[in-house]
Amino acid sequence: MIYAVAVFAPLLGAIVSGLLGRSIGDRAAEAVSILVMVVAAICGVTSFIWIGFLHEPDGTVDIGSWVVSGSFRTSWTLRYDTLSAVMVGMVTFVSTLIHIYSVGYMEHDAFPRYRFFAYLNLFTFAMLMLVTSDNLLQLFFGWEGVGLASYLLIGYWYDRPSANAAAIKAMMVNRVADLPFAVGIALVFLTFGSIEFPIVFAGIQQHMNDMYHVLGSDWRAYEVIGFLLFIGAMGKSAQIFLHTWLPDAMEGPTPVSALIHAATMVTAGVFLMARMSPIMSYAPGALTFVTIIGGTTSLFAATIGCTQFDIKKVIAYSTCSQLGYMFTAAGVAVYQASIFHLFCHAFFKALLFLGAGAVIHAVSGEQDMRKMGGLWKKIPITYTVMWVGSLALAGIFPFAGYYSKDAILEAAYSAGGVGYYGFWCGLIAAGLTAFYSWRVIIMTFHGPSRMDHHVEEHVHESPWVMMGPCIVLAIGALIAGFTLRHEFIGEGWPEFWRDSIVITASNHVLANMEELPGWVGIAPTLVGLLGIATAYTFYMFVPSLPGRMASMFRPIYLLFYNKWYFDEIYDALFVRPGFWIARTFWQVGDVTLINGVPDGMAALTADGARGISKVQTGSLAVYAFVMLIGVVVLVALYLLIR
Amino acid sequence: MNQVGFPLLSLITWLPLVGCVVILSVRGDEETVASNARWTALWTSLIVFALSLLLWAKFDTNEPGFQFVENIPWLPEYGVGYKLGVDGISVLFVLLSTLLTPICILSAWEVIRTGVREFMIAFLILETMMVGMFCALDFVIFYMFFEGVLIPMYLIIGVWGGPNRVYSAVKFFLYTLTGSVLMLLALLAMWFQAGTTDITVLLHTQFAPALQTWLFLAFLASFAVKVPMWPVHTWLPDAHVEAPTAGSVILAGVLLKMGAYGFLRFSVPMLPQASAMFAPLMFSLSVVAVIYTALVALAQTDMKKLIAYSSVSHMGVVTIGIFTINMQGVSGAIFQMLSHGIVSAALFLIVGVLYDRLHTHEIDRFGGLADRMPRYALFFMLFSMASIGLPGTSGFVGEFLVIVGSLQVNFWLALLGGMGMILGVAYTLYLYRRIIFGRITRDDLKNILDLSPREIAVFVPLIALTLWMGVVPSSFTSFWDASVGAMVEQHTAALASEVKVAKVAPNEMPAGEVMR
Repeated sequence: MIYAVAVFAPLLGAIVSGLLGRSIGDRAAEAVSILVMVVAAICGVTSFIWIGFLHEPDGTVDIGSWVVSGSFRTSWTLRYDTLSAVMVGMVTFVSTLIHIYSVGYMEHDAFPRYRFFAYLNLFTFAMLMLVTSDNLLQLFFGWEGVGLASYLLIGYWYDRPSANAAAIKAMMVNRVADLPFAVGIALVFLTFGSIEFPIVFAGIQQHMNDMYHVLGSDWRAYEVIGFLLFIGAMGKSAQIFLHTWLPDAMEGPTPVSALIHAATMVTAGVFLMARMSPIMSYAPGALTFVTIIGGTTSLFAATIGCTQFDIKKVIAYSTCSQLGYMFTAAGVAVYQASIFHLFCHAFFKALLFLGAGAVIHAVSGEQDMRKMGGLWKKIPITYTVMWVGSLALAGIFPFAGYYSKDAILEAAYSAGGVGYYGFWCGLIAAGLTAFYSWRVIIMTFHGPSRMDHHVEEHVHESPWVMMGPCIVLAIGALIAGFTLRHEFIGEGWPEFWRDSIVITASNHVLANMEELPGWVGIAPTLVGLLGIATAYTFYMFVPSLPGRMASMFRPIYLLFYNKWYFDEIYDALFVRPGFWIARTFWQVGDVTLINGVPDGMAALTADGARGISKVQTGSLAVYAFVMLIGVVVLVALYLLIR
Repeated sequence: MNQVGFPLLSLITWLPLVGCVVILSVRGDEETVASNARWTALWTSLIVFALSLLLWAKFDTNEPGFQFVENIPWLPEYGVGYKLGVDGISVLFVLLSTLLTPICILSAWEVIRTGVREFMIAFLILETMMVGMFCALDFVIFYMFFEGVLIPMYLIIGVWGGPNRVYSAVKFFLYTLTGSVLMLLALLAMWFQAGTTDITVLLHTQFAPALQTWLFLAFLASFAVKVPMWPVHTWLPDAHVEAPTAGSVILAGVLLKMGAYGFLRFSVPMLPQASAMFAPLMFSLSVVAVIYTALVALAQTDMKKLIAYSSVSHMGVVTIGIFTINMQGVSGAIFQMLSHGIVSAALFLIVGVLYDRLHTHEIDRFGGLADRMPRYALFFMLFSMASIGLPGTSGFVGEFLVIVGSLQVNFWLALLGGMGMILGVAYTLYLYRRIIFGRITRDDLKNILDLSPREIAVFVPLIALTLWMGVVPSSFTSFWDASVGAMVEQHTAALASEVKVAKVAPNEMPAGEVMR
């Protein structure tokens, strides 16, 4: 089946270009890895159309058994339903474009390139395994697989200490979240007796009121599961408290950022919520938590995005913020809207990163926007695609973001309760999003040039191998919203999603979205336009204003600029104490205390032996007497204990 | 019942000694003797390995009891016999031992230059002892092999080790021997009670709960040191640092499994009440081991010590799994033991590669090796990932099954026992970064060579196994599923019968719920 080809072709590419890369050369390795991706994309998009629009019935592709122990059984199985197919189509398509773009971007890299392309293939494969899994453990396989690939790619330039640090940080933070996730999977097994989706989902009603005892009281098992799984999702999708790895992940080459932020990795958490919707929908407590975290993240990350100067960091925080939107929607159990935003976001975020990559390429590797400016005449295509991406991100009609982001805000509002929190956070964040997007555009492309003239002389439009993918993505960012709206979140959703997304019978959020007060629908656009206008005022018309504002609200500015001091706090709370405890355990615990006792005893024995040797007199009588005493003692002990 | 028609287990056990005789009988100048010893040892161990593959092929996975049983009366009036046999729990450890021995011999090929003949003999004797221990079905035989392992290992560390080898060797010997003496007492007590030392009989003998407590503590003293459990683990880093590479490999690969195997073979099935009673203690010690030693590993400046501490941490997961005494927990523990046997052995070989080139384990002496040693970097990465339990490698399966098993006991046990997942990433990747990544700054690293064909040959089987165990673990778990299932069932039944006999709270809970 073509579905399996779509999943395994990238693995083949990773093996061939990774293991044989040195012998067949960089060009051949690139060719192989792009070829397999094109095959995967053709198969993936075909499957998406087949399953999503031509209503091919759901099913599975069995490959073999995996972990089996008693009643615990998992297998390697590819599941195809609409949710998986949407992800497969999107991942293979966007990833292929990023692969092609990378050929141009990595052209002048000092390292051998086959390694880079093998990692990209591996990354895509892991993500595909994640989204097509039919049980939680295979999902976890893909989950950890994208973790590994991101570690390898973030640390791709392994001679840079900062890249190595960022790579380890990404893996560490993810692992912190993965442990609760793994425990959550175990709890699913304990509750349902299986972790295979068909069995679990069939048992939803039966285990509805199962209780689980933890933290001193009984909770509904679904709530505990929901919390544990969501903590896993927070790590992978970089939600507040576990987001610190994502901005640092910018240490990798720009195509990697595009891959991490758009197609693979960070979307995994959102996907997990949608995939587990049958359980999550019945865990209202956990969902409330999801909305709070999602809403907070969308606002929090946007505030940081407004103050950063590194072009990639701004876009990175915008990803963080957009993921917050997706969780806001998941939290009010409108998974359709989260996946719709995920899908649209993949296009415009990949576009923004690839566009930013083209800018960086044009200015000889500079990423600081304070050293750019006035580029728009020199690289007009890049300028145009960045506009398209920003319009989509800011949610301006008729770009993709307009449909998906509005849907999320409307859903949050119509859900009420905690949804209002999500709505207001999201609405303010929408304004900030538009503001920092145009801040990027104006600082990068307009105003006087702040480059030194060596750089300026070399400014050039990127080659077609890089601009081609950008243009395709720009078209996607333009049309994805209105072409797919009907199926994803409109009246067509029941036929489109079928059983792959489950919401409770009492959940009418999607239907209620039509009957909201008029201002709710218009507000995001108005706020977005306001943000754009503010950005123009700040950076185009009154360029002295940002500096004055920064000094006027200095504490707030510093808080945002320093990313709310999360890194510093974590460093003081976990990293440094961790190393301190490690050294203490070693030097005091092991070397002094634990080793001290036997070593001391050894010394004692040595001294004792010298004393005892004096007792060895050679007199038989003494020996016999001592032996007798020994026998008496033994007999006495025996009688006593008996 | 014996599926092959000849005493296969005895053959596997004693054949290495035949190799020793051959090596001893060679005369000639030093070079001839050395070369002869190498080839004889390699061929002997390869033949033994080939024979042991018969076990894999002929083992009946549906049979929970012992197979390939051989029984020769020895001291019938005392109920002691020469009895060998394997069940699902022990069979793969025999294979692990026979697999790692040729790998060790190959890895020591050019490295051991003095006393090659004696070194090879020590290794072959060690193989006999290890295999014999996993096959023994008589407690006396088991005890002899269990103790016998110490002698060649003691010599390997003490003679071919590093500068501080004598201190380490003596420490290793004393620690492990002290525990063993208490096991001897337990052996005598059991013999008094049952009138035989036949393990198959002992497995179905009921010991009084009070006696069980004492027996359990005696076994604990012996096995805890071997595992090693916190706080009797400090002999291990010292032993590893001084041991030659091959010694470390076999120490980490097989010898550390002896303690856990002892728990599985004796403590849990023979002493069900005591096991249930002491389980909380075992969990606490294990959780401390997992977290404490993982943190200590983070602070190490010596590669071998770091991996030694990580071994203690990983073995903590094993002891958690064993004492959950449910299907997934025990199964995960066995899997983790096998996986650790492969992966930690491979990691010590990885360290050995650098030691052969620069004669140091200091982490600070290295850096930036990826430029010069891409193949080495790849292999190292793979085993690092297996060590931190990445799904798709062998390390994941055991760890995850133990989490599933321990969650059936207690939420916090699962969460804290799983901390190795997080801390493992910290010390492993931190180590990898300091050795492989960065730029080469030292002159002696600028011409360092990548893996030689001999070294690749050493690693390839381990890589294949790591991935095979990670992708198709069911082909391994199927070996012990029946045996572990029977063991868990017997344990539950034993506890239930005690509840009935003691008439403790007859209406409170059904028998099956006792473990919760």
